[in-house]
Amino acid sequence: MNVLQVRGLAKRHGREQTLVRAVDGVDLDVPAGQTLAVMGPSGCGKSTLLHLLGGLERPSDGQVWLDGQRLDNAGERALARLRRRAVGFVFQSFHLVEELSAAENVELPILLAGGSPRTARRRAQLLLEQVGLAHRARQLPWKLSGGERQRVAVARALANEPLVVLADEPTGNLDTAATNEVLRLFGQLRAQGQTLVMVTHDGRVAATADRLISMRDGMFVEDTWLAS
Amino acid sequence: MQDAILAMLAKEPSHGYDLGLRLRRALGPMGGSMNAGQVYVTLARLEKAGLVVGERAEGLPAKPDRKVYALTQAGQERVAAWLTEVDWPKPDLVEFHLKLAAASASRLADPVELVGAQRRELMRRLHETQRAVLAEPEGSTGGLLLEGAALRLEADLRWLEACERVWIKESK
Repeated sequence: MNVLQVRGLAKRHGREQTLVRAVDGVDLDVPAGQTLAVMGPSGCGKSTLLHLLGGLERPSDGQVWLDGQRLDNAGERALARLRRRAVGFVFQSFHLVEELSAAENVELPILLAGGSPRTARRRAQLLLEQVGLAHRARQLPWKLSGGERQRVAVARALANEPLVVLADEPTGNLDTAATNEVLRLFGQLRAQGQTLVMVTHDGRVAATADRLISMRDGMFVEDTWLAS
Repeated sequence: MQDAILAMLAKEPSHGYDLGLRLRRALGPMGGSMNAGQVYVTLARLEKAGLVVGERAEGLPAKPDRKVYALTQAGQERVAAWLTEVDWPKPDLVEFHLKLAAASASRLADPVELVGAQRRELMRRLHETQRAVLAEPEGSTGGLLLEGAALRLEADLRWLEACERVWIKESK
């Protein structure tokens, strides 16, 4: 069963002389439980690809199915609902709400998806335990280290039990120790069968995935199975 | 160097002198440390091993640099095997560099594809090493050796990226 299925996906910006083919006709199948890394130099289109997979941007061409549902031509409301429930995003610069505590940051997407405050509180507590930050639940983000902040962001991404976690340079702002914290957490998620797609330019981060796609100029140039 | 010389002979038979020149050119600034005698010693060994045959050109004095060397069947098989193997026992930069140069000159293989095959192999090793690194607790002495292995693989992979950029341009 493919969680994500993509055919002929393209995203173009500008026109004629200034035409940029950020994503230039890619096909992709991501089966449930797979961890996939997309690697390439900056400007190769990997972040745009991730946005298209998660319905943050609309493609110029091609189709995206998330759990069998078309994303590319879904209406705004349906798309917003899918994004909230089926996809968890992790960004390079964490994107935590600075005014809210770690726990409140994790509760937020549950409340937005219609969960009760009580459900949200319980689930947030559980998730913060899972990422090893139960003791930091009441802290504001600025009191946390970079690695801790990104682990809170991962807990938030998992809040609504997404079908897929999409991570955009998740370790781009982290030192080696914090990078390893986040990668260990991804390893736990993999063991639990969480589908994960991350884009990165860092070979050591990409190497932790089961499967590696190399991207250049908007196209896939290589698709390698790394796990033995 | 044995394999590089065999690969250079794959396109056409050649004199020891020409082979020395081509090797030095392929090595660039690092070729300066190569001594001319090395090529003849290597050719003699290869001939003894039955991988090349040397024929004296007619009417010329019987000096080793007047011999024209050609690959035997066994030599051809060995070149083909060498070009496609992706072993990286200890990262031997010179050997891999010569392999790319020889592949390009002999047109027996596409250097960009050789780089790709090597990169896939190193990424698989980095995959194993990285997972082993992450299985160790942060800051443990047990993880240090693995960390070193991962850092080396990372450096080799970066060099392969540089190789790919240059050979893509060369082959256009």
